[in-house]
Amino acid sequence: MSRVISPSYSVKVDLSQHSLWKDRGPLLERIDLELTERCNNNCVHCNINLPMGSVRARQRELTTDRVKDILSEAAALGILTVRFTGGEPLLRKDFEELYGFARRLGVKVLLFTNARLITPRLADLWTRIPPLEKIEVSVYGMQEDSYDAAVRVHGAFAEFHRGVDLLRERRIPFVVKGPILPQTGRELDAFEAWAATIPAMDQPPVLSMFFDLRSRRDSPARNRLIQTLRVSPDDGVKVLTRRRSAYRKEMRQFCTKFMGPTGDRLFSCGAGQNPCVDAYGMLQPCLLLRHPALVYNVKKGSLKDALTNFFPGVREIRASDPEYLARCARCFLKGFCEQCPAKSWAEHGTLDTPVEYFCQVAHAQARELRLLREQERAWEVADWKARLEQI
Amino acid sequence: MKVNRSAVYGVSDEVVAREIAGEIIIVPLSGGIADLEDELFTLNEMGVVIWRKLQGRRSLNEVIEELKEEWQGDDGEIETDVLGFIEELTRRRILVVVEPA
Repeated sequence: MSRVISPSYSVKVDLSQHSLWKDRGPLLERIDLELTERCNNNCVHCNINLPMGSVRARQRELTTDRVKDILSEAAALGILTVRFTGGEPLLRKDFEELYGFARRLGVKVLLFTNARLITPRLADLWTRIPPLEKIEVSVYGMQEDSYDAAVRVHGAFAEFHRGVDLLRERRIPFVVKGPILPQTGRELDAFEAWAATIPAMDQPPVLSMFFDLRSRRDSPARNRLIQTLRVSPDDGVKVLTRRRSAYRKEMRQFCTKFMGPTGDRLFSCGAGQNPCVDAYGMLQPCLLLRHPALVYNVKKGSLKDALTNFFPGVREIRASDPEYLARCARCFLKGFCEQCPAKSWAEHGTLDTPVEYFCQVAHAQARELRLLREQERAWEVADWKARLEQI
Repeated sequence: MKVNRSAVYGVSDEVVAREIAGEIIIVPLSGGIADLEDELFTLNEMGVVIWRKLQGRRSLNEVIEELKEEWQGDDGEIETDVLGFIEELTRRRILVVVEPA
């Protein structure tokens, strides 16, 4: 034994800056738990929400003990963070119990919530036992009328504000994000100005506007509605480039890492490495992908079996759709494009059918960055490497 | 903070200690342990050696004697390391005095 030069035996690790692992990390570092699909909001653009009072959904949800079993196994496999999401996870009556259980396992909790159900008691709990991750609050408007219209619940805005005020009062770190909807589009500046007053917001809020269709493919009518709410590709690019120099800088870094054709391999994303357990015990490769052939029933198996035997096979799946092979497999905009098996599943009920909307969005971004000229199609560009170098 | 050599030190109930992929990870449970919301603690190599010795709920005197027997080195340095480790981790509310086994 010899003394080290550093006087410190314990080392604080900021995970946003450093990895904990000298060699290989654990089998599982993070898992998503979708505690319920029910929500106290009824947002028009949502790809998953079910009515808050749905008895059928509630009865099918994992029991408290089942969720604890999953958390215990996930902790044994090495997770440092669990994301509790939904629906609205605070709708679960056992939320406090599950939260405390996860934290006592030594797991950090990342909570996605609309904040409407935050009570003084919950805020006290998070003060006493902090989640160790910033709570992410979805915001649906800056005014009572716009907010309530977006979530289609009278009085929701007041509850949201009460929840956020509790977080502020208790100094519980949280960040905000939100969709751009017809009702709220004109409030973007106000939203960003308000977000800047939140201590944990070190950058502008994440905005969603290229909405996904229903990931359970459960409502053609809702899908048609969502499609009407999607921002046009060119208007979306205008929003993305509101801070033009920051956008270009970010894209420059992004393009050096993530662009280039991926061939017929469908999953270039590491599907299943940070998987999601849905509200009923099916383990999905990610939060969005619910294709029945690609999910694993953890009630009949184990996370370890899914991670070691099931998902590696999923990651090897190849595209066969001729249109995909002719376009997406050869397209160098892969990094921009939100096309993925989850989107294809929601949109077309297949894993490899190109999603025209996301293709248009990617092309609009590429034109903005002068990677493409008008009318050019990215999969036909031969000198794409040279174009990327010009950014 | 004074270290009591005849006391037994164990993990505080304000943190959760885990071993993941060969690393000792100390996760704050109570508020105010770390400075940032997502900070965790790990131990340096010497910290890991001492930490493992503490798991048997032995007094510090016993821990020091065991380490002196197992490690070839300066006895004074071993003692300094153990006391320094305990001082640092009790200050950080990671270790507390506990009942003997």
